[in-house]
Amino acid sequence: MSSYGYGPNTASDRERMLSALGLDSIEGLFSDIPAAMRATGLDLPDGLDELSLARRLETLAARNQVGLASFLGAGAYRHHVPATVDQILSRGEFYTAYTPYQPEISQGTLQTIYEYQSLIAQLTGLDVVSASHYDGGAATAEAALMTVRQTKRERVLVSRAVHRHFVDTTRTYFEGGTLALEELPTTPEGTTDLAALEQALAEPDRPVAGVLMGQPNAFGILEPMAEAARLAHAAGALFVAVVEPVSLAVLAAPGDYDADIAVGEGQPLGISLQYGGPYLGLLAARSDLVRQVPGRLVGRTTDVDGRRAFVMTLRAREQDIRRDKAASNICTNQALCALASTVYIATLGPHGLRDVAAGGAAKAAEMEGALAAFGAPRVHSGPYLNEFAVRVPDARKVHAALLERGILAGLPLADWYPDDPDLADALLVCATEVTTSDEIARFASALREVAA
Amino acid sequence: MTATVERPEVQPSQELGLRRVVGSALQPTLDELSRPGRATTKVPHPPADALDRIPSELRRAVPLGLPELNEPEVIRHFVNLSQLNYSVDTGFYPLGSCTMKYNPKINEWAARLPGFAALHPLTPDAAAQGTLELMWELEQWLAEISGMKAVTLQPAAGAHGELTGILMIRAYHMARGDHERTEVIVPDSSHGTNPATASMAGFKTVTVKSDSLGQIDVDALKAALSPRTAAVMLTNPSTLGLFETRIEKVLDAVHGAGALAYMDGANMNAVLGKFRPGAAGFDVMHFNTHKTFSTPHGGGGPGAGPVAVNAKLLPFLPWPRVLRDGDSFRLEISGERPTSIGRVRSYQGSTGVLVRAYAYMLAHGGEGLVQVSEDAVLAANYLRHRLADTFEMPFAQVSKHEFVASAARLKAETGVRMLDVAKRLIDKGFHPPTIYFPLTVEECMLVEPTETESVETLDAFADALIEVVREAHTDPELVKTAPHDSPVRRLDEATAARQPDLRWRPMTGAEPVCPQ
Repeated sequence: MSSYGYGPNTASDRERMLSALGLDSIEGLFSDIPAAMRATGLDLPDGLDELSLARRLETLAARNQVGLASFLGAGAYRHHVPATVDQILSRGEFYTAYTPYQPEISQGTLQTIYEYQSLIAQLTGLDVVSASHYDGGAATAEAALMTVRQTKRERVLVSRAVHRHFVDTTRTYFEGGTLALEELPTTPEGTTDLAALEQALAEPDRPVAGVLMGQPNAFGILEPMAEAARLAHAAGALFVAVVEPVSLAVLAAPGDYDADIAVGEGQPLGISLQYGGPYLGLLAARSDLVRQVPGRLVGRTTDVDGRRAFVMTLRAREQDIRRDKAASNICTNQALCALASTVYIATLGPHGLRDVAAGGAAKAAEMEGALAAFGAPRVHSGPYLNEFAVRVPDARKVHAALLERGILAGLPLADWYPDDPDLADALLVCATEVTTSDEIARFASALREVAA
Repeated sequence: MTATVERPEVQPSQELGLRRVVGSALQPTLDELSRPGRATTKVPHPPADALDRIPSELRRAVPLGLPELNEPEVIRHFVNLSQLNYSVDTGFYPLGSCTMKYNPKINEWAARLPGFAALHPLTPDAAAQGTLELMWELEQWLAEISGMKAVTLQPAAGAHGELTGILMIRAYHMARGDHERTEVIVPDSSHGTNPATASMAGFKTVTVKSDSLGQIDVDALKAALSPRTAAVMLTNPSTLGLFETRIEKVLDAVHGAGALAYMDGANMNAVLGKFRPGAAGFDVMHFNTHKTFSTPHGGGGPGAGPVAVNAKLLPFLPWPRVLRDGDSFRLEISGERPTSIGRVRSYQGSTGVLVRAYAYMLAHGGEGLVQVSEDAVLAANYLRHRLADTFEMPFAQVSKHEFVASAARLKAETGVRMLDVAKRLIDKGFHPPTIYFPLTVEECMLVEPTETESVETLDAFADALIEVVREAHTDPELVKTAPHDSPVRRLDEATAARQPDLRWRPMTGAEPVCPQ
């Protein structure tokens, strides 16, 4: 084969390099692999030219149904992404660079991370923002571990109405050690049971490191965060708010209700759904927790000529310096996803972001009315922003029947709470600014047809 | 087979001079560019009463303060910032251990196909068959390359893959009732993520030294192994760019002690189709798709860190796995495989990254991927040969895809450190190699050219380094104060750490009112 893939080498290039090394065959460079372990090639498909490859990829992509009228959110949301975002993400100078280890020629990446940290600090009302984590689940697990390190206590309480995957991920991170993760029950309003929280915090022999609650929570319901934070602090525990970032344009910020840490899934900030990733783990904390914050941080400084410049800082928390004593093993972050969110927020501005959040709330209220009129009332009575659960008999069957009619009717909550009879017939549905009145009308009337 | 045509020797015009690969215009921050009232409307304005149904104590008391810019300003800001970056698309980026190869453009196109990009992660399996098939097929290919039994695509990065692998190893020992294994052994040349991962999973790290040849010291390893050893984490080829030639003995010793062998697959770009870790006896490994399979590094992520396991660890893979039922594909449902360690993240994986890796692998095919490794190793050894008289090469063994060189002698003779050499390379138009890693070699750099660089580029880089060393002898101050030709020069990192300024407003904890 004279050419393959993206390499430049011709047969004569290879010969020239080999002869400089005094070799007549490439085999001479693999003689260090013990003969018993030498593999002889790979049993993989033949390589494709670009046209054939494009056809194969288009065929696969076409097998996914993305034209559905979708009311599915559950932690990942459809939004209008301004065209600016992908234009900037497509700059090779951004996406083909690596971690800014050489700040002199990485000021583009470094300044955008600093801007990202600043914007998320403004959204959350908390001063220290990590340069990003893998996703909302991983950020939640890291925050839970932060509360353990900071308080030197080993018991963490998490509301059962925190995103199921975030709780599951945190449980996996806690596996095997001496740490305990306990779930708090919810009330019929759909909010976390604060009496149960108070009781759990009162056990004298088992002090609590952190309390984690979602805002909005996994049922879409708005929690009494200020009261919960007060209870947590009274018991010496840290309070972690698991937030949806677009909602922060209109809802009280975690800093407003004295949360110590805020985490969340940053996907709604201009990142496409992509079947689950790459997404953006948001993590913000009070400034006195800075040394417990895992992952990269970028700070402002000056160069030898006094020019303003940006640099990765407080590196002594990180794995490549501290090895087994590091705050986390995280190395790669989600810099390009953080850039997407930075461009998204910069393009929309405060009023645009508010319109996105309020637009979703308006469409959701319209949907609530339409679904109730067709016999699908809300499950919980608490206030919501743009997502809520509705009661539909035979929810799973109805969900499948609606899919055949081109409607993605949210998430059957039994998928997340298989043991809860109260949620056996619940669908979690959401609306955003991209949801149309026509889609809502189709959803409601199809629901009546299917139920009939 | 195309006939080779003799190339005329054409030299680039002298007038072109050095390639300048980054811009020079420092930019204000978004906050400084903000003017109240500026905006470009992107979504409809909702009704004014849209939020009235939400209790006021749950809403923002004061309006959100964020920068206000119109679209042209936003674009100009970020495009100008982008030009302050060095990147693979603009120049040679020989960052050892990072595999900064070319990122093919068809991959970017593929990941943006609406069928892939707009698919919600909780879409029912029936409506997600294309992506599920892609994931299943990619798992089969990675299993073939690794010589392992099964693969999970969930981990979001290499370090995340390490954590996944180590948690599976813990679950394996626990399932056998073997509760005494509390230690993980790593060599002193390992990536920092290895010991950090062990700590995060609740293990104690035991470090063993490398020998003078850069190989694992087998006797020291044997002495460290005990009934407390849960796993040994090895990078092979190692972070010194060397294949561990005594790997058979090492694996025998590890398994003899009842421990499992984890392979950090960061350096797989060197051995595709040449060495299959699972077939050789490793129990689990991770890939870095952003290294071996060309997915973009993105300024520090996103990556993806698929993990491959042998039959012993298969029951413990994170759920949900992608399963094939005849001609259709599905995700495991909750509780289907109770032995699983559980979820390591939200949803199923960084699929947008995996589409790119899939496209890369299919563009090459089996033979092409073997050629990738051959050319990557050839480039590294050629470059090492070109620099053999300029720096010390501490290890005699043939290199794989990267090599370590030391400036210890240069430092002794001129006072110029490897850091200075690296900074001076910036003036010559190149991104410096990784420096001071691994930690075991004095004044070192780790150079990884990758297979996508031409021999002309390798020669130009070698010439630049030779020139820098000459300058170090004739004008050491020039090198010690480099870079001179970059948007900013050396930074005050001490003050940055002592008085952290991590956001653009004073760090008060309370957000000021929207500036209008």
